[in-house]
Amino acid sequence: MGRMLQGAPVSLLEVERISVHFSQGGGLFAKGRVLRAVEDVSFDIQPGETLALVGESGSGKTTLGHVVAGLRAPTQGTVRYAGQAIQVVFQDPFGALDPRMPVSAIIAEPLRIARRPAAEQRRRAGELAAQVGLPPDALNRYPHEFSGGQRQRIAIARALAPAPELVVADEPLSALDVSIGSQVLNLLRDLQRAHGLAYLFISHDLAVVNHLADRVAVLYLGRLVELAPRADLFARPSHPYTRALLDAAPRIGRRRGRGSALRGEMPSPMAPPPGCVFHPRCPKVQAICRVQPPLLGPAPNRRKVLSACHFAE
Amino acid sequence: MARFLLLRTVQALLVLLVMSFVIYGLIGLMPGDPIDLMMASNPGMTPEAAARLRAIYGLDQPLLLRYARWLWDALRGDLGFSRVHARPVLQVLLPALWQTCKLMLGGFTIAVLLSMLLGVLAALRPGDWIDGAISTVALAGVSVPVFWLALVLILVFAVNLHALPASGVGDGTWADTFWHMVLPVTTLALSIIGQFVRYVRAAMVDALRMDHVRTARAKGAGEGRIVLIHALRPALIPVVTVMALSFGGLFGGALITETMFAQPGMGKMIYDAILGNDYNLALSGLLFATLVTLLSNLAADLAYGWLDPRISVG
Repeated sequence: MGRMLQGAPVSLLEVERISVHFSQGGGLFAKGRVLRAVEDVSFDIQPGETLALVGESGSGKTTLGHVVAGLRAPTQGTVRYAGQAIQVVFQDPFGALDPRMPVSAIIAEPLRIARRPAAEQRRRAGELAAQVGLPPDALNRYPHEFSGGQRQRIAIARALAPAPELVVADEPLSALDVSIGSQVLNLLRDLQRAHGLAYLFISHDLAVVNHLADRVAVLYLGRLVELAPRADLFARPSHPYTRALLDAAPRIGRRRGRGSALRGEMPSPMAPPPGCVFHPRCPKVQAICRVQPPLLGPAPNRRKVLSACHFAE
Repeated sequence: MARFLLLRTVQALLVLLVMSFVIYGLIGLMPGDPIDLMMASNPGMTPEAAARLRAIYGLDQPLLLRYARWLWDALRGDLGFSRVHARPVLQVLLPALWQTCKLMLGGFTIAVLLSMLLGVLAALRPGDWIDGAISTVALAGVSVPVFWLALVLILVFAVNLHALPASGVGDGTWADTFWHMVLPVTTLALSIIGQFVRYVRAAMVDALRMDHVRTARAKGAGEGRIVLIHALRPALIPVVTVMALSFGGLFGGALITETMFAQPGMGKMIYDAILGNDYNLALSGLLFATLVTLLSNLAADLAYGWLDPRISVG
């Protein structure tokens, strides 16, 4: 899967300075405004690695995931992929499967589109259904006959059909009950071990991220504010926004409402604040933050931790 | 499935029964009766002769009794005698039915196929110039009155270009029948296509935004496969409903088109029968239109089950 070049691992995926802008409104007389959903984001994913993408609603996580999966063209920047196929598991297992197709057709459709022989399509569909833990009679039934967890298993099986090296998982657990969600989470981990899969795991659930991720990328208002190995990020977040996110996450045995809980709402991505986009809500804000946008770079004395803050920890 | 069909058949028969009573009652409540019309056209008729005729036609009996007698005859297959045409009702009804079938098969089929094509084309990229052009023409099609459309077509193709006959049904040969159908079929198709295009477009725009369509894109499906396999079937559900209703309505209600082109179809026949106080013919014609509406709705219900396996028929 990962090609070796002069002893150094080559990235499976390289995302370089991606921006996604949407034109909003505009017409005969009014000039449209630009919504900056993703702004100058770069990261890479190694073969077999799980990179978690976290952020609040509207931070641009899903848009970025769609760009990686090739479902949306970026306004600027490039996506380089060293593998054969990228696949997606979507958030809503109730909407994402065509209700007019039996499960076998749903799973085999990528092979059908690739014009694989019918016998191979049937064989692969059966194998994949078994791998994701679907009952043997599932193939001839329709999606509406299944529960949410089982539908997500169908969605995972069909994502694996073209044998991707990277799977973009867009909040695959958030529509499921917690107990069902943890089963699906374990399934994703087992499949990763069995196939050497890399994941771009989009989530707002930090507990899940802590369970699964190798590295974590934190998105705020479409910008990457921190990118760090999981252990570093959870032990000592470098960016004040990451710290606030961790403090806001509910944990058993700790009282809520203390510390640096975030004030206010995320600003509109149509009118981002000048300077550092986080400064209106930042507890550490200084004069420079209102004027100069910080660049993503290594935190002081922490080579592996990248942070976009003038006062990174 | 068999249970469903049986249930719907019983339902349809009940509706027909109720409709026959309502229509019979309404016609009975209309001012005047056939004898009044006869007297108006024949000043020499004496009141005694009129009374005798009323007795012969059974018009001196109470409405309910007349209805019961009509129903009894109809159930045994005798739809009565058309007063205006002086022939059994079926002999008048069947040619009109055939005429309407020709008009509908041509006009309706063209409208359905063309509106699918245009609606889908407009929905592919909502807001671009293709969508703008199709939507504008569709809106114009909805707004233009049928009689005006018919007049313009006659003026252009029959009067100015001498390319097509203006009205009538021709001398009975296939070729002549075909040429005489062109303008009425076009008019009928144009009169409904605007509405259809708007429905197809709206449903298709929604369908293309569905999550499973995005999944299909992720699977690498091409635009053709996305439209035909994944988006068109969900989009067809509201479209089928509208088309089925419109089919039933047009079957007995294409009056203006039939009148403008002197086509002796169902709409014209029913209209003339009502004006002429031809009870039996009007009643049979209206009931037939009801039956077609019921059948087309049944066809739509059966289509839902095929379009979406979640809708179980039965």
